[in-house]
Amino acid sequence: MNWIALKMLTGNRAKYYAIVFGVSFAVMLMSQQAAIFAGLMRNMTSQIRDIQGADIWAMDPSVEFVDDLTPMDDQAVMEVRSVPGVAWAIKLYYGKARAQFQEGNFKQFIVLGIDDQTLVGAPTQMKLGSATDLRKPDGIILDENGYRYLFPGQPIRLGRVFEMNDRRAEIVGICKASPTFQTFPVSYTTYSRAVRYAAQERNTLSFVLAKAEENRDPKEVCRRIEEQTGLTAMPQDDFSWKTMSYYMRRTGIPVNFGITVLLGFIIGASIAGQTFYLFTIDNLKHFGTLKAMGVGNLRIVGMVMLQGSVVGVLGYAIGLGMASGFSDTMKWLLRDSGLPSADFMAWPIPLGTAAAAGLIVFASALFSLRRVLALEPASVFR
Amino acid sequence: MNRMTVQSIASATATSLARAVVCRGVTKDFGEGDTRVQALRGVNLDVLGGEMTLLVGESGCGKTTLISIVAGLLDPTAGEVTVLGQSLRHLRGRRLVQFRGQHIGFVFQQYNLLPALTAAENAAVPLIISGRKRAEAVAKARTVLEAVGLGSKVNSLPSQLSGGQQQRVAIARALVHEPKLLVCDEPTAALDAHSGQTVMQLLRRVAVQPGRAVIVVTHDNRVFGYGDRIVHMSDGTIERVEEQTVARGS
Ligand SMILES: Nc1ncnc2c1ncn2[C@@H]1O[C@H](COP(=O)(O)OP(=O)(O)O)[C@@H](O)[C@H]1O
Ligand SMILES: [Mg+2]
Repeated sequence: MNWIALKMLTGNRAKYYAIVFGVSFAVMLMSQQAAIFAGLMRNMTSQIRDIQGADIWAMDPSVEFVDDLTPMDDQAVMEVRSVPGVAWAIKLYYGKARAQFQEGNFKQFIVLGIDDQTLVGAPTQMKLGSATDLRKPDGIILDENGYRYLFPGQPIRLGRVFEMNDRRAEIVGICKASPTFQTFPVSYTTYSRAVRYAAQERNTLSFVLAKAEENRDPKEVCRRIEEQTGLTAMPQDDFSWKTMSYYMRRTGIPVNFGITVLLGFIIGASIAGQTFYLFTIDNLKHFGTLKAMGVGNLRIVGMVMLQGSVVGVLGYAIGLGMASGFSDTMKWLLRDSGLPSADFMAWPIPLGTAAAAGLIVFASALFSLRRVLALEPASVFR
Repeated sequence: MNRMTVQSIASATATSLARAVVCRGVTKDFGEGDTRVQALRGVNLDVLGGEMTLLVGESGCGKTTLISIVAGLLDPTAGEVTVLGQSLRHLRGRRLVQFRGQHIGFVFQQYNLLPALTAAENAAVPLIISGRKRAEAVAKARTVLEAVGLGSKVNSLPSQLSGGQQQRVAIARALVHEPKLLVCDEPTAALDAHSGQTVMQLLRRVAVQPGRAVIVVTHDNRVFGYGDRIVHMSDGTIERVEEQTVARGS
């Protein structure tokens, strides 16, 4: 019976294609939009995730997300160090600076100032130069995308000089950094230099990065830091989530993406569902004939479900393929532009769209089945 | 002719041949109250194996309703129906569906072939339904298609065949599983006179077999000559039964 069900499906070519199109349209739009959303969310926390080696972030209690800075007194790092269970703690400057180039134009930068001695938090993936070159006078490391954005079409080389806050800066390294949400170039330098590049402020310590002693639960150490210093402290992952959750709560981003995803679902589901229904109505007479000839309702259900599964799986595969094709094309088009690609196929996305595709075909099949099951076998003679 | 006479004629002949179908006091009402239609009003009928029984009468007299009940597609409102020795009253659900699949062949006015399946695949469907392997079923269907003169069309789709050819495929499908009862509703009504004759001749030649009863519903008086027995219906009752001798293979 299965091959008969499949032949019925593929034999009705126009409707077959339309159903598969409906499912793949829904899957494509949903997964593509969800991936862009996930990519934006990921980019919002790039600066957090790119800092490696420290597992605890301590900050002023008023900080709600990574770009929401309330600088602390430099003294704070000492206080964190004195908390039992903290192996070490260092200062991190995180801020923006305006760079002036020889041509006279200005560009905003993200400036990360890392511990002068240990260089903890320095970029791990260098294209040119090395992290220790930060010890050279006026040395900064720029991320590759930022370089391409600042110097479009020019070869990647070290030694370029520009000014930040009227102070000389020289590119001593090019690194890879995860794309940022606001697309600013990311630069790394030492804490002491970063403070000078930044506009003058009384307090300059953005974050204290710390490491819990071995065999200590970082969460527990965070709790102790909070108790003892009055700062807020949390593991790196939690700070990423806090940042994302801030954007999700306080911006229209999730709602807008949610609407597009929902639209994809509704449009795809209505194309697929309606066509599947019409397809079944087309075949009502044939199902009636089969019923008369001795096919029970259970087998009819099996046939319709099989037809649904086939269009579901096909539509899903095509839709996901189109979404990742789209994403690859975008990445390829942007490869030299220095623009970050903001899409990220986080694992829940293919799973979620699979569930949505399953729901679409299952609901369509159920809806169509009502008519088939209600069909009197005697109707074949009418 | 009153009902008693009909019944005595029917039962007198029935003694000589196995009675494939026995209907006693079968009534069928559709709807309720003011909209109630009495489609059958107490039908007594015997259909014999090895014969072709024609069910004739004007449109709306209840022919289709009667064969639907006989084929186990419709429940009578009252009365007893026994098919191949089995009381249909006691066959329910899956067992009834299986009974139809195993023992009854169907031919429809509009052929009812699956458009996506070739002639051979269409003719194989009843074997597939009974659980046979596809290749085996299609092979058997080919031999039956050859018997109905369509050996050269086994791989054609229904859309590539004429109406008469499609009805021959449908006949092959109705016979492929060698059912003991064949039920045909107006098999020639959609065909021109010539194709209609061909189809009736084919039914006579390949469908009528010892041990198989063939019921053909028709209001086409040009084909009345093909029946061993002609049951005339009128307004939900059987009016009279005619017997005639038909040369085999005519
Ligand atoms: N499903 C049904 N619902 C209501 N009335 C029906 C139904 N089927 C048949 N009838 C009525 O029963 C009568 C007999 O119909 P039918 O058996 O189809 O006649 P025939 O096949 O001789 O033309 C007609 O009056 C018809 O309108
Ligand atoms: Mg009729």
